Amino acid sequence: MSTRTTSAPTPKIVMQGVTKSFGDKQVLRGIDIEVAPEESLAIIGTSGCGKSVTLKCLLGLLRADGGSIQVDGTEMIGAGRQQLEQMRRRFGMTFQFGALFDSLPIWENVTFRLRQQQVMTRQQARDIAAETITQLGLAAHVIDQYPAELSGGMQKRVALARAIADKPEMLLFDEPTSGLDPITGGVIDSLILDSVRRLGATALTISHDMASVRRIADKVAMVHGGVIIWCGPASRMDDTGIPEVHQFVHGLADGPLTLAAQAAARGD
Amino acid sequence: MIAFLQNIGRTTLAFLAAIGRLALFTGAAVRWTVMPPYYLRQLGRQIIDIGYFSLPVVGLTTLFSGMVLALQSYTGFARFSAEDTVATVVVLSVTRELGPVLAGLMVAGRIGASMAAEIGTMRVTDQIDALDTLSTRPMQYLVAPRIVAGTLCLPFLVLIGDLIGVFGGYLVGVYRLGFNPSVYLSRTLEYLQFSDVTLGLIKAAVFGFLIALMGCYHGYHSGRGAEGVGRATTNAVVSSSILILISNYLVTALFFG
Ligand SMILES: Nc1ncnc2c1ncn2[C@@H]1O[C@H](COP(=O)(O)OP(=O)(O)OP(=O)(O)O)[C@@H](O)[C@H]1O
Ligand SMILES: [Mg+2]
Repeated sequence: MSTRTTSAPTPKIVMQGVTKSFGDKQVLRGIDIEVAPEESLAIIGTSGCGKSVTLKCLLGLLRADGGSIQVDGTEMIGAGRQQLEQMRRRFGMTFQFGALFDSLPIWENVTFRLRQQQVMTRQQARDIAAETITQLGLAAHVIDQYPAELSGGMQKRVALARAIADKPEMLLFDEPTSGLDPITGGVIDSLILDSVRRLGATALTISHDMASVRRIADKVAMVHGGVIIWCGPASRMDDTGIPEVHQFVHGLADGPLTLAAQAAARGD
Repeated sequence: MIAFLQNIGRTTLAFLAAIGRLALFTGAAVRWTVMPPYYLRQLGRQIIDIGYFSLPVVGLTTLFSGMVLALQSYTGFARFSAEDTVATVVVLSVTRELGPVLAGLMVAGRIGASMAAEIGTMRVTDQIDALDTLSTRPMQYLVAPRIVAGTLCLPFLVLIGDLIGVFGGYLVGVYRLGFNPSVYLSRTLEYLQFSDVTLGLIKAAVFGFLIALMGCYHGYHSGRGAEGVGRATTNAVVSSSILILISNYLVTALFFG
């Protein structure tokens, strides 16, 4: 993966010192992230370290306790409802567990936002849905099925289709390839890359799959203990000199990230 | 001692916080109900679910209540040789009181529970967050149609329940207690006032609103996991049943006279 210069004047997404607690358990202790336009950032970190919470705070689905979140230079913490809604409209997001609407068939799931925003016939919507899911390697006839009738990996891809169907300028993916076979995972990686490279989207992807991270990411950020302990170009991932990053990237059993240390870092 | 006071303090605070949250939720629900866009298809689905599919439950409940009411009031009033008031007692009790309350409680069990379970499941599986990311306000898409449907459907259900309940009384009165059918019918209508029926229907609308509100509120604030949804469902049914009984008294007292 070539590293592009990231000296763009306004980054698309800036999070500074974002904190979040649930009860007396502090999950985020000051997250700092910066994503430039048309950049693909991957967030890595051990299970339960707060990656999903970070994404939800970014969109205001969870209210951050403190810090600053800027999208295109506009402060989002303390922003009004309308501003928040406008900001969310520019994002497409997938959730870790799909979060498909199980009362709606696939085609209505995929075109959900499109149909909120513009009038289209049933047939047009179905065509768009079919086109989007075939890109992800699903058969077109799936659009008439319901989420519960699909396998986990298929649901994952439908969720992805829903997020990208109206080609938003920023994409947030929470573990898009977990639970998928390597071939489908590869298809999804190239779809993410394609969105960034060809459509000019800005992407922020949570992933545990280091091979996938190497394929899709320009920049990698590792969360540990509620802060970003390392952020840099993907190509530098292997020689950071930080033992936690080294252990995680290489999937080593020995190192500072013992299960007990992880629990302590989460404040359990 | 200190621990005891702390406990009281904490419980009081939690209680007040819950009241505040509920008040905010109610305000938002009502506000978003009147604001466009309107999700008519969701509304239609809810109307069918609440209005149509509750008919058997409500019909059976009121039928047997009307029947037992005729028997019981006969036993009671026979002691004063006032048996011929049975028809009047049945129709007044059913329209003013039993129809709305029984239908309300049955629907609270049926609909309150399913709303809390459905919305709660959507909460714990991130579907509500997904709505937010897809330019749709969950309050408008999920809550508003349910509240409108609940408030509209309950009076309709109760009206039908009233008819069935009175019919149950008629069956017992005529076939078991030996009243003359036409006398029973004219007795039924003689002392019935329009306001008796409207009181019942106003109650029904209030109950429908409360059932939907509680179902949505508890589902919306459901805790995590299957356990959280289970608790939300129980809370929805219990709280809406209690609110039905309380508001039943309040509405009756308001229109008393
Ligand atoms: N709604 C919530 N209420 C209470 N605690 C929460 C909530 N959401 C997340 N947490 C806690 O926050 C911590 C971080 O959760 P998060 O889902 O962000 O982890 P993650 O990094 O995405 O992990 P994974 O890789 O397993 O998905 C966890 O300890 C979790 O228990
Ligand atoms: Mg996660």
